[in-house]
Amino acid sequence: MTRRKVPLRDVASARTGDKGDIACISVWVYDPRDYEDVKASLTAERVAAAYPALWRGRVERHELPQLYGLNFVMHDALEGGVNASLNLDMHGKSFSFLLLTLDVEVSRP
Amino acid sequence: MADPEKGYDPRIERRLGAVLAACVKHRTTIVSNMGAANPRAAGRLTVELARRMGLRIRVAVVQGDDLTRTVTPATALPELGKTVAEHGLRVVGANAYLGADAILAALDHEPHVILTGRVADPSLFVAPLAHRFGWKADDWHHLGAATAIGHLLECSTQVTGGYFADPPYKTVPDIAFLGFPLAEVEGDATGIVTKLDGTGGLVSEHTVKEQLMYEVHDPRAYLTPDVTADFSQARVSQEAKDRVRISGVTGRTRPEKLKAIIGFDGGLLAEAEFSYAGPGAGSRAELAVSILRERLERIHRCQEIVRLDLIGVNALHGTAGNWTPAYAGATSDVRLRAAMRTHDRAMAETLLEEVESLWLSGPAGGGGYRGKLTPSVSTQAIYVDRSAIELAVEVMQS
Repeated sequence: MTRRKVPLRDVASARTGDKGDIACISVWVYDPRDYEDVKASLTAERVAAAYPALWRGRVERHELPQLYGLNFVMHDALEGGVNASLNLDMHGKSFSFLLLTLDVEVSRP
Repeated sequence: MADPEKGYDPRIERRLGAVLAACVKHRTTIVSNMGAANPRAAGRLTVELARRMGLRIRVAVVQGDDLTRTVTPATALPELGKTVAEHGLRVVGANAYLGADAILAALDHEPHVILTGRVADPSLFVAPLAHRFGWKADDWHHLGAATAIGHLLECSTQVTGGYFADPPYKTVPDIAFLGFPLAEVEGDATGIVTKLDGTGGLVSEHTVKEQLMYEVHDPRAYLTPDVTADFSQARVSQEAKDRVRISGVTGRTRPEKLKAIIGFDGGLLAEAEFSYAGPGAGSRAELAVSILRERLERIHRCQEIVRLDLIGVNALHGTAGNWTPAYAGATSDVRLRAAMRTHDRAMAETLLEEVESLWLSGPAGGGGYRGKLTPSVSTQAIYVDRSAIELAVEVMQS
């Protein structure tokens, strides 16, 4: 089967929440047929390595297969958190769209 | 407190004024955490508002979340591995997150309005459900399931199409007039999230899923004062247009301790902005950045961390390292932003003055200076014994 690379935004949505210096980004695959491919592409290691200057700590991934969702918990990821960050977006709410720029490999044509 | 009659959410008068008469008439109890840092003053204001509206009501004020007087220099801050004294910052206040039990104690007085200070958001919804269905305080399954319902409702329109639109992938109908969510809950704590007909937005499996995991870490263990809720086996199903059933959620024993937040004097956040537009805007803005860097370092001997963003080029995602200076050259409308956090007011003012001086001493054609100093509070979480809470419900009458 031919596989192709697509931006994650083509196949999934994401929403960010924050707690202290921890960002959590949930990813929701639109078409259930893409879920296993996204899960294989978007590992915790891959996310941790994507923007190391910004997402500096460990990344955990939780799976919600019945909802076609993945939840990433990223430690030391908010430049100190809402009370310390100098980022205009001190909650890191826009970081979901950093994740959505990553490529994933899907097999569905 | 600086003013004993303030400290609550100032929007309370307008919001209660809009719905109080209808709620009293239909015997709908209002439960709100708009008491914020001063629920008693909020209660007095509400009684006074009801009198002016010619309504006879009972207001139950929930107190006990304020732990400011229990914080000592020896209080340990687990996130830092230091004591309050070692942290070295002035304590502004400390509040615990109360749970549904505090609101249930107020519901026993059959009030028209319940006002609380800090309460875990889902508990505002769990308490009325537990009151109506008679769940026990250790009925973990029902409390866990009800916590999911409360969690879905607590951010208002974030479940009805707010914070969702990303055209063309996700579109939201009538987005300027989003309906508020409501839930129809059964005695088994499953329920349907929906909104009123004729309002904008949508309730779909997708909007519910995005909100279900919002600010959640491990879906098996969403901790509240009431329960360790388990969202990991949650099911969502669209039963009709704008009607989504949530089921499959359960819970386990509640956390032993309560989370509390200590607020410290976080100094000042200094922010200043200046814009460049037209041909070469990006290059001129980058020149302004280098001027600021040199002057802060060599003239002012600034030791603070200063962040310099080019809004429109590399601001929110600038620190992710995925942009190139070449991109700045392509922009024709860019806003320079300088930001610093400091306890040194003189240095904070210096940052603003340096950006303002770009009017006279910076690159050509800049404009639109704004500068602002914002006092900030930094926070640390602590975990306290439940016995540290002296819960008190005060009933006021109009």
